[in-house]
Amino acid sequence: MINKLILGIGTSLVLSLMGLTTTASAKVEGDTITLGSSISLTGKYATNGLHTQRGYDYAVDVINNSGGVKVGGKTYKLAVKYYDDESTPARGAQLAERLIQQDGIEFMLGPYSSGMTKAIAPVSEKFGVPMVEAEGASRSLFTQGYKYLFAVLSTSEQYLSTAIELAAQSSSDPSSVRVAMAFESDPFSMDVRAGVVDAINKYGMKTVIDDQLPADLSDMSTTLTKVKALKPDILIVSGHSKGAATAARQINEMKINLPMIAMTHCEAAKVQEKFPKAANGFLCPTQWVETLSKSDAMFGTAAEWNAGFKKAHPSYSSVPYQSAQASAAVYVFKEAFEAANNFDQDDVRDAISGVEMETFYGDIKFSDAGNNIAKPMFMRQIDSSGSYNLVESSKDMTFPRNVSY
Amino acid sequence: MLDNIQLLFVWAPIINVQIILEGIFLGAVFALSAYGLALVWGVMNIKNLAQGDFVIMGGYLSLAFSQYNLSIFLILPLVMIIMFFYGLIVYRLMIRRVIDQDMFTSLLATFGLSLLMQQVMNLIWGPEVQIIDLDFPVYDAFDGFVTIPSIKIISLILAGMLSLGIVLFMKKSRTGQAIRATAQDPRAARVLGIDTDKIYEFTFSLNSAICGAAGVFVSVIWVLQPFYGITYSVRSFAIVTAAGLGNLPAVITAGFGIGLFEKYVGAIIGTAYEVAAPVSMLLIVLVFRQISMKKNRQAVK
Repeated sequence: MINKLILGIGTSLVLSLMGLTTTASAKVEGDTITLGSSISLTGKYATNGLHTQRGYDYAVDVINNSGGVKVGGKTYKLAVKYYDDESTPARGAQLAERLIQQDGIEFMLGPYSSGMTKAIAPVSEKFGVPMVEAEGASRSLFTQGYKYLFAVLSTSEQYLSTAIELAAQSSSDPSSVRVAMAFESDPFSMDVRAGVVDAINKYGMKTVIDDQLPADLSDMSTTLTKVKALKPDILIVSGHSKGAATAARQINEMKINLPMIAMTHCEAAKVQEKFPKAANGFLCPTQWVETLSKSDAMFGTAAEWNAGFKKAHPSYSSVPYQSAQASAAVYVFKEAFEAANNFDQDDVRDAISGVEMETFYGDIKFSDAGNNIAKPMFMRQIDSSGSYNLVESSKDMTFPRNVSY
Repeated sequence: MLDNIQLLFVWAPIINVQIILEGIFLGAVFALSAYGLALVWGVMNIKNLAQGDFVIMGGYLSLAFSQYNLSIFLILPLVMIIMFFYGLIVYRLMIRRVIDQDMFTSLLATFGLSLLMQQVMNLIWGPEVQIIDLDFPVYDAFDGFVTIPSIKIISLILAGMLSLGIVLFMKKSRTGQAIRATAQDPRAARVLGIDTDKIYEFTFSLNSAICGAAGVFVSVIWVLQPFYGITYSVRSFAIVTAAGLGNLPAVITAGFGIGLFEKYVGAIIGTAYEVAAPVSMLLIVLVFRQISMKKNRQAVK
């Protein structure tokens, strides 16, 4: 019995190995260009992974419906081959290798999150596969000297430094501003912190609280107790959705009343819906806003992209920026293919690095390191009616925050 | 660090009140889940690695009920009943089969259960952080320097009543006595006519219900996410190891002690060390015990 089983397994192994070697390696087959992506469809990044996938798919549909990609006088359609990386970096790296070696993918779209991108970038780099990613914002992705990695989004050190700029603008003497910071001790939040610290040093502000929140701590009452005692002028928090949710809950409970509070992930943590009173006046950074006055020939204005995406996915009441930047990444590939006018990986890579365009998502121009340096980070403020308003300078901001607990 | 000590004891000593209160609230929740762990560990020698996931599951059930606008006084018993039966099912399907095996089998089995529960909760409720806001008033004291959300006081009182109920149950009722007898010597208990299998089953289900209650408090005081169970598991283990098995007053004292210790470490050294605090306390206790037991130790010749 066992012998038969082993024999069976052995045979099927041999057969599958034979199958492997005979798979034709090609990603531009007939008139279809297949991009590959390992994306988180299950596990802790599942929700944002899905936003990303929908953004990719929406862009592919729009591009295909408006004529596809024209290379060498021929028109090609786009398609994307996905694998679910289960939100695990090791699995992501494995799948990237599988996409490249087994499925013959020659161009890749990024996964969701900086952590996953960090795991996959060495693989695409090794095989010289150009990857345009839309969801990995960590600064450290662009200090490794990767040649084939490009990101359309703003890097994470820009997330909250705008809040410090706004604080400086709204004070007559920026160096008298006292800052309290609480950051989770993960790579993303540490990047955000580095940007904030640079801005603080630029204005000579004083840091009165600088706490690190451990990843598995869902309680920041000690930090907030100190905030109450020291009354800083601005509180800055970053710790993904958990950090935002915890901060909002406890700011509400402890009736913290500071003139400025800024944090990342307000939308994801639904701070406005859950704690409308406390969230009034929170400053929240975002990669993209649908009221942005930028446009392109493919998707139209930001508002038009937003309307089209909502039509394709009516379940969204407001569209996450993750989907918008995913669409922008696909658009970059289209432009690069047409600019290179062939499918040689190095030519396409050079074409991507030369891309300079205005899109519905904002301007795109890559630095030598591969990050997008043309698009700023946007700051929005939650108002008493619960809507998020774009804050471009301190004039647009309600200052001080106007809360009554 | 020096700044923080000055702040605490010179500039604004009033914030000590807030920190002590937070520590007590934290301790109450820890004490509950740790007591459940001590019970299962002491009675059936199962180290339940899924303890924290039972807590989180209780939290999610409470989230589900709170969507129907039920009051916490109704949610708590409902969650406890459901978790009791969940514990019963888990016992019958799984724990019963590993109870007589060596330690690693039960560790692996409960670790597997922990992974399974995390993923199923992730499938049902999604990976986002969830919050329940029951909209209870928040009280101020000392010119608004100290705020006390009434939901935390209610949770504290409910947790206290629950612990008292469990203590009385273990001391007075026949089942409670049978549980204690089984913990002391299962063979003797069997000889005296106690159905130890039934007792194990009941103990495990009771633990599950206690975790459910702790989960309800977690959900109304902090935040929920399918993968946060491990925090509660680690703290429960630290408390139980420090306090010893089957010693309820010690578990409760250790719970509050760790809660306070954590908060003060957070306030003085920095929040980065809050989670490290219970683990380092455990280490100190173990080292201290090792030394104090030394005189009793003899070499076998």
